[in-house]
Amino acid sequence: MKASWVAEEEKGKVLKMSGADMLMEALEKEGVDVLFGYPGGAVLPIYDALYKKNIKHILTRHEQGAIHAAQGFARVTGRAGVVIATSGPGATNLVTGIADAMIDSLPLVIFTGQVATSVIGTDAFQEADIVGITMPITKHNYQVRKVEELPGIIKEAFHVAQTGRPGPVLVDIPKDISTSIGSYKPANEVDLPGYQPTTMPNLLQVKRLADAIVQAKKPVILAGAGVLFAKAEEEILALAEQHRIPVTNTLLGLGSFPADHPLFLGMAGMHGTYASNTALHECDLLINIGARFDDRLTGNLAHFAPKATVAHIDIDPAEIGKNVETLIPIVGCAKHTAAALLRESPTSGDTAEWVYQLAELKNTYPLWYKNEGEVLKPQRLLEIIHEETNGEAIVTTDVGQHQMWTAQYYGFAKPNRWVTSGGLGTMGFGFPAAIGAKIGKPELPVVAVTGDGGFQMTLQELSVLQEMKLPVIIVIVNNQSLGMVRQWQEIFYEERYSESLLPVQPDFVKLAAAYGIEAASVTTEEDARAKFAEALDSKAPYLLDCRVASDENVYPMIAPGKGIHQMIGVKP
Amino acid sequence: MRRIITATVLNRSGVLNRLTGLMTKRQFNIESITVGHSDEPSISKITIVVQVEDDRKLEQLLKQLHKQIDVLKVKDLTEMALVARELALIKVITTPETRSEIKVIIEPFRASIIDVSLENVTIEVTGDNDKVEAIIELLRPYGIKEISRTGLTAMPRGTQKTVYNLNQFSII
Ligand SMILES: Cc1ncc(C[n+]2csc(CCOP(=O)(O)OP(=O)(O)O)c2C)c(N)n1
Repeated sequence: MKASWVAEEEKGKVLKMSGADMLMEALEKEGVDVLFGYPGGAVLPIYDALYKKNIKHILTRHEQGAIHAAQGFARVTGRAGVVIATSGPGATNLVTGIADAMIDSLPLVIFTGQVATSVIGTDAFQEADIVGITMPITKHNYQVRKVEELPGIIKEAFHVAQTGRPGPVLVDIPKDISTSIGSYKPANEVDLPGYQPTTMPNLLQVKRLADAIVQAKKPVILAGAGVLFAKAEEEILALAEQHRIPVTNTLLGLGSFPADHPLFLGMAGMHGTYASNTALHECDLLINIGARFDDRLTGNLAHFAPKATVAHIDIDPAEIGKNVETLIPIVGCAKHTAAALLRESPTSGDTAEWVYQLAELKNTYPLWYKNEGEVLKPQRLLEIIHEETNGEAIVTTDVGQHQMWTAQYYGFAKPNRWVTSGGLGTMGFGFPAAIGAKIGKPELPVVAVTGDGGFQMTLQELSVLQEMKLPVIIVIVNNQSLGMVRQWQEIFYEERYSESLLPVQPDFVKLAAAYGIEAASVTTEEDARAKFAEALDSKAPYLLDCRVASDENVYPMIAPGKGIHQMIGVKP
Repeated sequence: MRRIITATVLNRSGVLNRLTGLMTKRQFNIESITVGHSDEPSISKITIVVQVEDDRKLEQLLKQLHKQIDVLKVKDLTEMALVARELALIKVITTPETRSEIKVIIEPFRASIIDVSLENVTIEVTGDNDKVEAIIELLRPYGIKEISRTGLTAMPRGTQKTVYNLNQFSII
């Protein structure tokens, strides 16, 4: 890289340009074709440079909308979502999304403007120490000190964000760096001696796992989002089928295994299926592939997989042994590891009885709700959406009951169609994320399932739908309450509904109309189906306000502090 | 348990902040932390003395430190043959009578008086924790006005007596 640059210089072909122009060059070099952002003083030079360029920019109506859209984009494309915001309030408005991307391992590259170098540290107008603020919630971050550093830092930022365990990387660019002119040396390589993610597994450990598989009578695979990031769905499917190993998913791992497969047990964890959680409790071999043993999955750790030999495959060594003691640790990417495992394990254990036992549990204790009376049941609504889209749409959610019902009832047939805020549980995430997902995968139908509470946190992005005529279907699961909070108050706080009921609401249909968006409010199953089908056909933005039963709870459930075998609401 | 950990890091802005930040976030208790250049100006060496509950927490700490992009190497020196030193400056109240007594006390520690005024002397001592603690205890009866300690810096000895079990952690 250096050599060719020196040669160029000798030939006198050195390009002089501003920092902002360098940024644009570097973005093009990274193949970035869409940015999510919001302008302001400190990024004016960057927006001026953008003006001359052919890179699409999505002007959301709030920086939080921009970063959640970038997250949706990243989740469905596997490529880094790119965000621009101005200094101070623009940057701090991104914080929730950055934390969300960090905990859910989504690749983002975020550019924030900063006040000029000469006034950093003086509490200048719109100065915020965004590098300090985001240090614990980014995979890495930078402040650019010299304009010549820009191409190298940007190259590094994309590399770090998109490799290993993905995550958000923030680059803070002081205004004078954007305007100052420097020699542009394109960066072609990164030099990060302290960052070398291990992707190839240790074969010795793989062999140990292969041996354990032969020994196991009751093995189970827990597939997490790591499988999706590594695009290892086929290998996991082959592994499960070859050895007859039942599979369960974490919330974020949904879609990594076909929901209708006979070996699939459903989601595990707090609102997982009885079969999944029983499998985790009873198994003698637990093979975790790309999940991080989050507490919403494990419940009380003292009761988690008490009889199992635990094998954990993860690209991030720090996840292994963090929460659950692990006998067979394998650092590596899910795809390479599963492939190696397939090669190393020609023989299987005898799992027939176990598979039969779990299939019985699945039949005896399926997910349940009472579909009675006139009122639309939220669970039924999600089944209808599944039926109308064949389980093949991109579905985003907000956080709350509707999120869990979607996870339980949508039934993802294919990978990378499930976009939800799992680790941080960010209300307001779902709708903007749907915008980003639609931009990333325009060929697929996109449905944003939200609560009536969460939708009101980021509904300003209706402007983006209107402006871009993006065919996103917004489904408001309208229970006139902060449903998940209401549910916990019902069960654990003796029905004291403190600040969780939302009796006063906007007319969502008129609201959509104000943005020029088609909308309907439905109260019955038939109407819901008809209007949803209409929305799907219309290939235009659509808002569907679904008046569902307001006192419905998400079951089954592991109460806080309880073990994975102590589910409530398993049966009607 | 008390562990002595060294991290070799790229000397980039904010790197110390990153390490102390992650230890705060994950509830590790730092006893002392020292930073200085290595033989290469672009690389710094950080020595951390830290209290951890058990082996699992220790493993987490080493992995989390290692995960930082700017960290090149992390080593737990605790079980190794090592040299560990800190420097302390101790300002002790003196009278004409006690001054010579103090000189005698500090001599076996190979400490020296580096500043003198009418009412006090400042003593410099270098050594491991025990030695520094010991001299402070001996000087305490005279009245200590001020103490400034650098915290421990450490490195493994050139020869290690036995091959100690590097593989105490699941992944190296
Ligand atoms: C930003 C944010 N604030 C608060 C919460 C806590 N919280 C979790 S679920 C929930 C209720 C969500 O209500 P709604 O959006 O109507 O969805 P529902 O549960 O009714 O489906 C709340 C307040 C959160 N997850 N995120």
